[in-house]
Amino acid sequence: MSSRKKLLLMGRSGSGKSLMRSIIFSNYSAFDTRRLGATIDVEHSHLRFLGNMTLNLWDCGGQDVFMDNYFTNQKDHIFKMVQVLIHVFDVESKSINKDIEIFVKSLTNLQKYSPDAKIFVLLHKMDLVQVDKRQQLFLIMMEKLQLISDPYHFELTGFPTSIWDESLYKAWSQIVCSLIPNMNLFNESLGKFSSILDAEEIILFEKTTFLVISLTNQSLLQAVDSAPPDDLDPKRFEKISNIIKNYKQSITKLRSNFQNLIIKGSNGNHFYIDVLTDNMYIMVILKDNEQQPNAFHEELLVLENIKNARKWFDKIEVAV
Amino acid sequence: MEDNIYTRNPRNTNATILLMGLRRGGKLSICKVVFHNMQPLDTLYLESTSKPQSEQFSSLIDLSVMELPGQLNYFEPNYDSERLFSLVGALVYVIDSQDEYLNALTNLSMIIEYAYKVNPKINIEVLIHKIDGLSEDYRIDAQRDIMQRTGDELLDLGLEGVQVSFYLTSIFDHSIYEAFSRIVQKLIPELSSLENMLDNVVSHLNIDKVFLFDVNLKIYVATDSLPVDIQTYEVCAEFIDMTIDLDDLYLESDKHRQLNGEAHVNTNNDDESNQSELKSISHLSNGFVLYLRQMIRGLALVALIRSDEVESMDKSLRIVDYNVSLFKKALMRMWENSRLIKDSEP
Repeated sequence: MSSRKKLLLMGRSGSGKSLMRSIIFSNYSAFDTRRLGATIDVEHSHLRFLGNMTLNLWDCGGQDVFMDNYFTNQKDHIFKMVQVLIHVFDVESKSINKDIEIFVKSLTNLQKYSPDAKIFVLLHKMDLVQVDKRQQLFLIMMEKLQLISDPYHFELTGFPTSIWDESLYKAWSQIVCSLIPNMNLFNESLGKFSSILDAEEIILFEKTTFLVISLTNQSLLQAVDSAPPDDLDPKRFEKISNIIKNYKQSITKLRSNFQNLIIKGSNGNHFYIDVLTDNMYIMVILKDNEQQPNAFHEELLVLENIKNARKWFDKIEVAV
Repeated sequence: MEDNIYTRNPRNTNATILLMGLRRGGKLSICKVVFHNMQPLDTLYLESTSKPQSEQFSSLIDLSVMELPGQLNYFEPNYDSERLFSLVGALVYVIDSQDEYLNALTNLSMIIEYAYKVNPKINIEVLIHKIDGLSEDYRIDAQRDIMQRTGDELLDLGLEGVQVSFYLTSIFDHSIYEAFSRIVQKLIPELSSLENMLDNVVSHLNIDKVFLFDVNLKIYVATDSLPVDIQTYEVCAEFIDMTIDLDDLYLESDKHRQLNGEAHVNTNNDDESNQSELKSISHLSNGFVLYLRQMIRGLALVALIRSDEVESMDKSLRIVDYNVSLFKKALMRMWENSRLIKDSEP
């Protein structure tokens, strides 16, 4: 049983929609994306995610000609059966009113054709704003947009993003997670597995995109800007996505794929990244334990445990 | 001010690299990218250098890099160029390959003539730089042309015995690191024994290639005697990056503050006893294994291991581990001895 999800990616021309898609789903680097030209009309891509789930990503070209067309002739075609609308705002844009006008138009149509859609707003190209002003700008924009969308009964989720850092991964990881139906099962199983291993932290990644699906530290995944409970880097998950993806990219030079990775850190941390199922990677972080002096056995033990967890997670995945 | 630049490194005289070239050749950019991990694109905004700059780096050897402003006349009498040239071990001359380079070549032969007179032991290295803007065919042509012309110039000056090495470089790929690896290697007196030791490691194990990397500079101070494949080098360099980045993410933040944002491997050098050594192993799908282990003084051994049977891999990794430990011990002893020799000198 495969479930198809329709995602609309919209925004004014030049706001970086296709760029974003290419980085997350086609292994482009931020530099490569300069070669991309303007998207003509709607570019469809079908992406398999977690095996059974298919993401139909509709990348809608943002020139006014196309835009007018979407809202008039093609409106039932475009806005029917939409699960997710991802609206991209360019923070550098000169004509904010025009941007918002288009956003309102899509909201109106969405309310008519697919009232259950989830709305995500990305404030893109944040790297062009001064560091100390970013948070403030983001809050002001989100407040304004929420006010606009209130009459349409949509709850907005917003992210500041930039292709030059890991914020893009955070946003997309949450967008995609919102589409996975049995997230709770994943979270529960992962929690159990974590207590068996006595792990510091366990993170699940999707295989091709390396987006974070689930992690044991749940409070961090849900709360967007609450204070982190420990003093580790709160952005570390997105950074890991970014780091591993770069690494995966680089070993294609050896005409090979990434299989697993074991790091003994300089601070007593042990990292294990391994294939979990056909579509997922798992990352386990263990703190050094004084009672277990024989590191070799521990290493094998963890790998064995991951092997055993595989069967269980395979089952959950089939149910997606 | 300028005096102490020349006298700063009195004992270890041959480990100084001198970067020279015409103005706007890209010398400071090279410095920033290789030694300060600056992003290549950011170098567009660098101001031009007005004073000689000198910096110290502690790798296996204590390295110092001196960068001279391009628009300088080295032969002005108030400039202590004689002293300067007698102190350096390698002279790196940067030629901008996207510009007209005839001027640079004249300047180069003048410098070579002078430097060679002062210090016949000096290594002369020429970077044919900014090749990222040239097409594949044109690079070869440019290199041949420059080598030919330099040869002719030196012949005219009666210096046909001088060894000049040429490198094609660009800061936008790994070629600049490759070139600097070669240059730094020429300055390490223990290089041949290091290579011997690495050869030993390779020949007794299933290893394709092994590098002794400087973790912070991403240059390799030694490798085994097989030819270096640039792709293997790139993968190994990125493997180091990844390992360190991941490890850094899970350091306690008070530790972070202490280190003040510096890469921790650098500061670990002296108190290795209370820090467990960094080690990382990655299996790839076609049977390759990437292996990293921290050595002394911010060095790391990175190896590409090949194995046909997956089952025997764990076993052979044990053997690799044991051999690498032996290598590390040897390296430590070698380092102690070389320090003793240096200290006993006046």
